[in-house]
Amino acid sequence: MNFQRLRNFFGNYIFILPALALFLVFSLYPFLKVFQLSVTGWDGISPQTAFVGLANFKDLFTDNPVFWLSMKNAFTITFLALTVQNLLALFLALLCDRDIRGGNIYRVIFYLPPVLSGIVVGLIWNWIYDGNYGLLNHFLSFIGLGDLSRAWLADAKTALFSVAVIHMWKGFGWGFVILLAGLQSIPRELYEAARVDGASSWVMFKNITAPLMIPVFILVSILTILGTMQIFDIIISTTGGGPGYHTEVPITRILTTMIGASKFGYACAMGVVFGLVLLAISMVQIRVSRAMRQV
Amino acid sequence: MDGILVDPTDVNYEKLKKNTVSFFTHLFLITVSVACIFPLWWAFASSLKTQGSVFKDLSLFPRDAHWENYVEAWTRADFSRYFLNSLFYTVTVVLGVVFIASMAAYAFSRLRFRGRNLLFLVCISTMMVPIPGSFIALYVLLNKLHLIDTRLGYILPQINGGLPLGIFLLKTFFDDLPKELEDSARIDGCGRFRVYWHIALPLARPAIAVLAIFVILAVWNEYLLAMLVLSNKDLMPLQRGLMVFQGAHITQYPLLMAGIVITVLPVLAIYLLLQKHIIKGITAGAVKG
Repeated sequence: MNFQRLRNFFGNYIFILPALALFLVFSLYPFLKVFQLSVTGWDGISPQTAFVGLANFKDLFTDNPVFWLSMKNAFTITFLALTVQNLLALFLALLCDRDIRGGNIYRVIFYLPPVLSGIVVGLIWNWIYDGNYGLLNHFLSFIGLGDLSRAWLADAKTALFSVAVIHMWKGFGWGFVILLAGLQSIPRELYEAARVDGASSWVMFKNITAPLMIPVFILVSILTILGTMQIFDIIISTTGGGPGYHTEVPITRILTTMIGASKFGYACAMGVVFGLVLLAISMVQIRVSRAMRQV
Repeated sequence: MDGILVDPTDVNYEKLKKNTVSFFTHLFLITVSVACIFPLWWAFASSLKTQGSVFKDLSLFPRDAHWENYVEAWTRADFSRYFLNSLFYTVTVVLGVVFIASMAAYAFSRLRFRGRNLLFLVCISTMMVPIPGSFIALYVLLNKLHLIDTRLGYILPQINGGLPLGIFLLKTFFDDLPKELEDSARIDGCGRFRVYWHIALPLARPAIAVLAIFVILAVWNEYLLAMLVLSNKDLMPLQRGLMVFQGAHITQYPLLMAGIVITVLPVLAIYLLLQKHIIKGITAGAVKG
């Protein structure tokens, strides 16, 4: 009987053992290890690691303008994604919410870019933006704006914005799908009742759609921020961070510090700071949205 | 005459207004749709041109299609190898995630043991907390375990990466599943594992399908880990292969585009076949969560 109970006890754990083992080794260990390495000057090779205290962090905050530039770049792209991309997504979702013909076909098409990889998308757009053979320049000279043509991704003035456009092209369909699902979950009777009372479309949007959509807006914004701040594939396959540091983002900086410069400890400190920034953003966002919901 | 045109109660006016709105709505939606499809189509059209014509000939339907570009990309540019690698990684990671996640999800939903809820939260915690930079330590770990530049080193972290979603999805599914069938099997003398394997798992097929789709897309499109872990060309998946090809033959656009089409085609096929499940999966998770 005792043996049976013992078997019973362990038998249940065996079901979760593989998942737990993988979690411990490949999630928890790296997570903790990042913090530990961030206070060392480890180069990735030497068997010994020197404890340097908070020196990495001090250097990061006082003497690493490129890292903060990369953060600013990511913020710029994120800001554009939050405004331009999500407004476009919302506008399209509102259009498709009206039971229009072919609504499902549009949905299938808009979600096409999000299922592609950042590498593929970047490599295609690379060529669209090309200075000599790019489609965009061809198009501009076709409509008589030839003087605007340039190597869009190699020009310091346009590189960051061009990368942001690629990112938004890839991302708006995702926001669209989620926002549309949110819109479709609003009971139709609310609109019908408002219409009977003579409410205009704008009044209905302001008083019915927007308040009910707040949780969906929050979700979309948080995921947009977290996703965009960690942008990486599209940068690697287009500019690689250049020209200069004009399109560097935190992840590319971390990779360069780690693989390029063999400063593993320092790279971990960057990862910790970047992670805290992301955490802070999500917290602020949740706070703000809670306050908004109470108004 | 004027009176009729501006009379808002007039049926014709209403109809005209409705048609105008509908026209502009579709015009806008179609423009955006073209913007979505055009770059892909253009990549495809370019893959059929020659190195000499690709920069001059901007046609979207090339007159003489050079399908041999695909043969060359497939054989000489190594895309066959990258493709088979991607296929292998995708299949193994999907199998790993489905098997391990379903077992854990079944336990979290059906079996009673101490710490069940806490362990469940622990298992799905990585879904909530973004940890950029933990890939540095992952690299260090794989190095220590001598898993750098091995298939296993690329597969295991990805199986782990798929587990939180898998466990969450399948536990929710098992929670909603009636227990009668399993109970009667138990009475007939089936052990826990056989109940799970022969009864619960087959019933979970719809949820497993959704999970598999998401894991397939994630693994097929993965790049960061491939870049960190794999430097041997024989082990590289397509995304990594594309970047290597681009780095080595920066100007061979038709072949690069052929490689892109080879990379995209399976994703496209899966997406178009299963788009209903994919879109339902995203929105269900998002609107509920």
